[in-house]
Amino acid sequence: MTTLLQIQGVTKRFGGLQALTDVTFNLSEGQIMGLIGPNGAGKTTLFNCINGVYTPEEGKILFQGENVTGSKTYNMARRGLARTHQIVQPLNELTVQENIMAGACFGRENHNLHNAAEIANEVMDFVGLDTRTDQLAASLNVAQKKRLEMARALAARPYLLLLDEVLAGLNPSEIGEMVETVKKIRDRGITIIMIEHVMKAVMNVSDHMLVLDYGQQIAEGTPTEIANNPQVIEAYLGDPELAKKLMGDDE
Amino acid sequence: MKNWRNHLGLIIPILVVVGLAVWPALTDSISAREQAFTILKAVALASSLNILLGYTGYVSFGHIVFYGFGGYIGLYFLNEQGWSIWASLLIAGISAGLLAFLLGKAILRLRGGYFALATIGINEAMKALINNLDIFGGAVGMTLNFKVYKTYGGAAEALSMAFYIMAGLALASIIVSYLVRVSKFGLGLLAIRENEDAAEVMGIVAPDAKTWAYVLSAIIPGMVGMLFFFKNGNVEPHVAFPLHASIELLVMVMLGGQGTVLGPILGAFAYQGMRGYLVTSDIFKDIQLSVSGAVLLLIILFIPAGAVGWLRNRFAPLRRVLP
Ligand SMILES: Nc1ncnc2c1ncn2[C@@H]1O[C@H](COP(=O)(O)OP(=O)(O)OP(=O)(O)O)[C@@H](O)[C@H]1O
Ligand SMILES: [Mg+2]
Repeated sequence: MTTLLQIQGVTKRFGGLQALTDVTFNLSEGQIMGLIGPNGAGKTTLFNCINGVYTPEEGKILFQGENVTGSKTYNMARRGLARTHQIVQPLNELTVQENIMAGACFGRENHNLHNAAEIANEVMDFVGLDTRTDQLAASLNVAQKKRLEMARALAARPYLLLLDEVLAGLNPSEIGEMVETVKKIRDRGITIIMIEHVMKAVMNVSDHMLVLDYGQQIAEGTPTEIANNPQVIEAYLGDPELAKKLMGDDE
Repeated sequence: MKNWRNHLGLIIPILVVVGLAVWPALTDSISAREQAFTILKAVALASSLNILLGYTGYVSFGHIVFYGFGGYIGLYFLNEQGWSIWASLLIAGISAGLLAFLLGKAILRLRGGYFALATIGINEAMKALINNLDIFGGAVGMTLNFKVYKTYGGAAEALSMAFYIMAGLALASIIVSYLVRVSKFGLGLLAIRENEDAAEVMGIVAPDAKTWAYVLSAIIPGMVGMLFFFKNGNVEPHVAFPLHASIELLVMVMLGGQGTVLGPILGAFAYQGMRGYLVTSDIFKDIQLSVSGAVLLLIILFIPAGAVGWLRNRFAPLRRVLP
């Protein structure tokens, strides 16, 4: 398996706060990696370092073997990286279709409007937004906005997709649908890193998992290894809610 | 043009401008031509500003700087260097675009109110600079050599020609505005307007896109300035860089509907109509600008999308018809 992404000793500080400390891992093509950890662990910050929102103070990020540390976000998008945001970022006054077309137009494949519209239609079917084509993004509910984020990212036809809590705020049946969608995306050959607090779901879809706690990488392995790792359980026991979730009590 | 309805967003504005352009000839009235000239000028300026303000979401309070700067440069070459009016128009547009390009690199990284403030500062700085440049006549400005009109068949002919060129510029501004709005580049601008960070994450190179939007929004105003000074026969710094004219342009764009092709055109019409009424009314003539300010406030408070924007929001099918 070829390595798509290499994170080597990445450290990120915000003033005195050490948000990431010496994070190191490799990600193979075609895998789903689950990224978990308590609130404030540094998960979103890691995404922000990978896609160029932040430049890490130390360490290197290699994408397809090339050093991309400190690249601009738009350059990462053009290289084939797409992401969703934990706090959804719809283009409110544009329609659902226009939002998704923007993903296709400016992502890796740099499509013209005509092709982008076709890709948007296809992606809308795929994520189940096909009845909302001409609706303004602002008028969608949270679950639909999460799908929109996902659709926009997919329309870019990325090599690597970063999903930041796409299940948060969804009801159990919506979670089920979204998990199926994620699996289908992986089956299309797109590599995924997925930040998630809904443990049962993320354990279920991930090939490989990484656990962050206070910016430290405390465990890495298969979902079963992670679920039985005493350090991980301890990290979550500091947060009884999450510990319960880890034990498989999602609802 | 298989389906003419899909092009209504372009056809209506073109009909409006063509109507304005032929109206004075039909009525054979000089005062009608003066009125139409003022409206066409407002259409050209407001449509251009809309590319930056409406599509890209950057509020420029000093857009008139391109009108003044381009106009000065163009008039200088026409008057002092003996260039033809066409070459002078071209250089006016190019120099305004170039100014926008350089300014854009410097100030387009500012967001929101900081950008707006910077644009005011630039207009005032440019006015002060021109005021002190001897080749542009300093505080006195430049007066057009009467010989120049002769080249174009005398004053009457030259003024009539200026009118039709202005109609051409208004038409060009609308076509540019429409082409940008329905292009991939335009989609990128709209994305920047809605959420610049998210747009960059999607792969839109916002610094470049914004710069080109700024350049596009500056070129026609530069040419309009040159044409206006040509018609006026002279130019002075305070005539070339009036801050209140920038604000009037904002009112027009906001009134008609920022971010739509038709909006700024309707806004220019409505505003010039209102202004024409106010300056001739005994009660309002001295407080005409205060009334404009109040209108701006009311729009922002009650119909922030402007007239066309409001219609688009109300009637979803219009969104496809009126881009
Ligand atoms: N721009 C910033 N400036 C200062 N501190 C920040 C910034 N972004 C994140 N942080 C801090 O860095 C730490 C890690 O934040 P991050 O958002 O990466 O956590 P997370 O693991 O995604 O948490 P959650 O599960 O709540 O989303 C937190 O303490 C947060 O307050
Ligand atoms: Mg987070």
